[in-house]
Amino acid sequence: MKYRSAIVPFLLSTTLMTAAFAADVPEGTQLAADQTFTYRVLDEFSSFDPQVVEDVNGSEVVRDLFEGLYNQNADGEIVPGVALSHTVSEDNMTYTFTLRDDARWSDGKPVTAGDFVYAWQRAVNPELASPYAWYMELMSIQNGAAIIAGEKPITDLGVSAPDDHTLVVQLSQPLPYFAKMVTHATTFPSPKWVIEEHGQEWTRPGNIVSNGAYVLTEHVPKERSVRERNEMYWDNDKTVLERVVTLVIGDEAQGLTRWRAGEVDKTDIPSGQYPTLKEEFPDQAYALPRLCNYYMTFNLKDGPEPFQDVRVRQALSYALDRDVIVDRVLQGGQFPAYTFTPGATDGFEVPEVDYANMTQADRDAKAKELLAEAGYGPDGDTLSFTYLYNTSESHQQIAIVASQMWKQKLGVEVTLENQEWKVFLETRGNQNFELARGAWCGDYNEASTFLDLLTSQSGYNDGKYSNARVDELMAEAKSSQDASPLYFDVEAILSQDMPVIPIYHASTNMMLSDQIMGWPVNNVEQNWYAKDLYKVAE
Amino acid sequence: MFNYTLRRLLTVIPTLLVLIVFSFYLMRLAPGGPFTSEKPLPPAVMQNVLERYGMDQPLYVQLWTYIKNIVFHFDFGPSFAQKDRTVNDVIAQGFPVTLTYGFWSAVFVLVLGIPLGIVAALRHNSIWDYTMTGLAIFSQIFPNFVLAPILVLLFTLSWGLLPGGGWNGGQWEYIVMPAIALGTSYMAGVARLTRGSMLEVLNAPFILTARAKGLPERVIIWRHALKPALLPTLTYMGPVFVYMITGSVFIDVFFSTGGIGQDFIDGAYSRDYSMLLGLAILYSLLTFALNLMLDLLYAWIDPKVRSSL
Repeated sequence: MKYRSAIVPFLLSTTLMTAAFAADVPEGTQLAADQTFTYRVLDEFSSFDPQVVEDVNGSEVVRDLFEGLYNQNADGEIVPGVALSHTVSEDNMTYTFTLRDDARWSDGKPVTAGDFVYAWQRAVNPELASPYAWYMELMSIQNGAAIIAGEKPITDLGVSAPDDHTLVVQLSQPLPYFAKMVTHATTFPSPKWVIEEHGQEWTRPGNIVSNGAYVLTEHVPKERSVRERNEMYWDNDKTVLERVVTLVIGDEAQGLTRWRAGEVDKTDIPSGQYPTLKEEFPDQAYALPRLCNYYMTFNLKDGPEPFQDVRVRQALSYALDRDVIVDRVLQGGQFPAYTFTPGATDGFEVPEVDYANMTQADRDAKAKELLAEAGYGPDGDTLSFTYLYNTSESHQQIAIVASQMWKQKLGVEVTLENQEWKVFLETRGNQNFELARGAWCGDYNEASTFLDLLTSQSGYNDGKYSNARVDELMAEAKSSQDASPLYFDVEAILSQDMPVIPIYHASTNMMLSDQIMGWPVNNVEQNWYAKDLYKVAE
Repeated sequence: MFNYTLRRLLTVIPTLLVLIVFSFYLMRLAPGGPFTSEKPLPPAVMQNVLERYGMDQPLYVQLWTYIKNIVFHFDFGPSFAQKDRTVNDVIAQGFPVTLTYGFWSAVFVLVLGIPLGIVAALRHNSIWDYTMTGLAIFSQIFPNFVLAPILVLLFTLSWGLLPGGGWNGGQWEYIVMPAIALGTSYMAGVARLTRGSMLEVLNAPFILTARAKGLPERVIIWRHALKPALLPTLTYMGPVFVYMITGSVFIDVFFSTGGIGQDFIDGAYSRDYSMLLGLAILYSLLTFALNLMLDLLYAWIDPKVRSSL
C-alpha cells in the first residue's frame, strides 16, 4: 500500500494558487519600464550545464535557465516545479513524482520524465565525470555509488519513467529529506538531443535549449551574461523581469562603487563595511542569515598531545568571546555560534547547550579552571600550538583576536600560520595541522548536511573526530521521520566533546536596490529565482 | 638580415620546449590540484575526474600528450575551472580584449611620453622642463592600482561620464580608463627616458658637427637626433608592450574587462594547469616576437647594429 506523504496535500493546494510562487506584484504597483535586473558576481561561472555546475553563482543562473522537479519559495520551502506532487512508498524507498503536462523546453518540445532520467544518469556517468556526482550519491539513489565507481552501467540507476509524466525514484536507504534535495541544480533535466548535437558547446548561447523561466542569450566569459524571458516556460505569463544581466566584477570595492553609480542592482558588501552602509542606505543594505558555519577544528589524530584532553578543548572554546568576534571584528550581522548547526537550518531549533547560556565571565573562569585541571596555565606547563588558516583578511583578523584572547585569559601561546587556499586544503586534508580554520555551507536545508561532517566515516572530517554514539545517532536520523531530537543529542555530545570550536553562523551581506522587489530574504539558502522578482519604478 | 631572422625564429622551438617541460613539472610541485576543494571529492568521483582529463596517467605521458595535441591539433587542452570551455576558447575570447586596451595604452604612452620628453630636453632647465619632470614624477607615483580608483571616482561617480567597468564589445567609453590607468606610470617613464637620451644625443659630437655645418635646428632634431635618442625608449617599451598586451591582472579585475590577465592569476590559484601552460606559451611567443621586432627596428635605426647582424 502506498500513502501520500505529509507534503502532498500542501503541494496540491499550492498548485491551485500558482501566483503565490511567481512574481507576486501587489495591485497598484508602478512597475519600472525597463525590467532588467543587473547584479554583480565575483568570478566567471564554472559551467551552465546543470550536471556539471559546482559554484554558487553558476547555480543561480542554472536555476533560472532550467527547472527541476521542485523549486523553493521565498521561505525556502519546496513548491512545484516541473513536478506537481509526489507519493512515497511505505518503506520510504520509492518516490513517484507526477510531472505537469504543460512544461516545455525553449525549443517547444515537451519536458518529459525521460529528460530527468537522462539527466540523472548523466550526472553519475563516469564519462561525464561530474564533480557533483557525489550529490547523487548523497541522495542515496539506488546503484548511484556503484555506477560512479564504474561497477555498473548507468542504466542501472534507480530512476525510471513509466510514462512521460511519471518519474519513479528508487532509493538505497530511506531519506526523510529526499524531496528537498530535488531543488538542486544537479537534478535538473537536460536536453539529450541538444547535448548530442553540440557536445561540450551545448551551453553556448544559440545552442542551449532550457526549460526554465529564462534562456541564455549572451555570454562573454569573465565579463557578462544575459538571460531573457523564455516564452515557452509554462508560467511565463507570471514572469515580470524581462532580462537578467550578470557582470563579473572581481573587486568587491569596485562592485560597491558600480552599485552606487547605478550600474548594478545588487552587489556584495566588502567585509567590515556593513554598519556604515546600513546607516547610509537603511533600506538597501542587508545582512541575512545564511546556511553556513565557521569553526576551528582540532586535529585529534596527529595533533598535539594536549588536544586529546577534552578539558583543554573545552577551555579553548570557552575562552573565545564570540560576541566580540561578531560585533567588533566582523560587523556583518553574523550570529555567535555555540552549536555546529546554524539556527537558521530548517527544522533545527538550537539546543540549550550548557556553555551557551553562561556569561562570558563565567565561561572565562571555567576555562581557566579546566585548563588548570588539565595541568596547564600559571601553575602548570605553557600550552602552545599552531593555528592554521588560509590567507584572507577576515580569517587573519579572527586568528589574531582569538590568539590574543587565549593569551590574555589562559596564557596560551599560539603561533599563527597562513597558507594559500589550495595548499591549506591539502595540509588540512592530510592532518598536517594542529588547530585549523573550517567553514561549511549546507548542501540542502537540513541539519545532517552539517552534522554528517563530524561522523567517523565522513570524508570531510579533517579533525578525525570519532564518537561511536554520534555515528549511531546520525545513522538513525537518516531513516527517522522526525530527526530533531537526534540532532539535539548530537549537538549536546559535541558541546561536551568539543572536537570543533564553533565561532559564528554566517550571514549574507548585500546591497540590493530598493527598486528590486520579491527578494527571498527568509530563504536561508539564498536560492532566488529571477521569475519571482520584479522592478518598481523609481 | 633574412638569415638572422630565420636563425632567431629557429631558436624558438627548443626554447619553447624547455619552457613547456619546465613549467609543466614546476606547476605540479605546488601542493593541491585543480580538483582540491573545500568539499573533497569522494575517491570514486575523483578517479573519474582524473581519468576524464587524463590525469591518472604518469606525468611524462601527460606531458607527451599535451605537446602532441599542440603540435598536431593546435589544442591547448581543457580548462579545469571553466568546465564548458577549452584553453583555446578562453584565449580566443580574452586576448583580443587585452590586445585592444593594451594597444591603446601603448599609443597613449608613446604619443604623450615622447613629445613631452623631447620638449623638456629642447627647453632644458626652463619652466617647460620643470613642469614636465614634475608631471612625470607625479605620474610615476600613481601606479595603476591607485590611479584606477581615482579615475572611477571622478569619471564615473562624480561626473557620470564613463562606465565604471565592463567591456561591451570594446566600445571606446570602456577602453579609456583601462588604457590611461595602465599607461600613465609608463608614460612618465618614457618621457623621462626620452628627455635624458635626447639631452645626451644633443651634446654628442655628430650633433656638434651638424650644427657646425649650419644645418637648421629642425633638421638636426628630426633627422639626426631623434632616431638615436629613441633607442633607450624602444628598449624600455619592448617588455612594457608585452606586459600591456598580455594584460594586467589588476586592470582586468578592477575594470572587469574580461581580458586574459586575470586568467593567469585565477589559473594559478585554481591550479588550472592547462590554462597556465597555455598562457605561458602565449606570453613567451609574444615576448619572442616583440624582441625580434625590436632588434630589427634597432638595425633599421642604428647602422652600427645593422652591420653586426
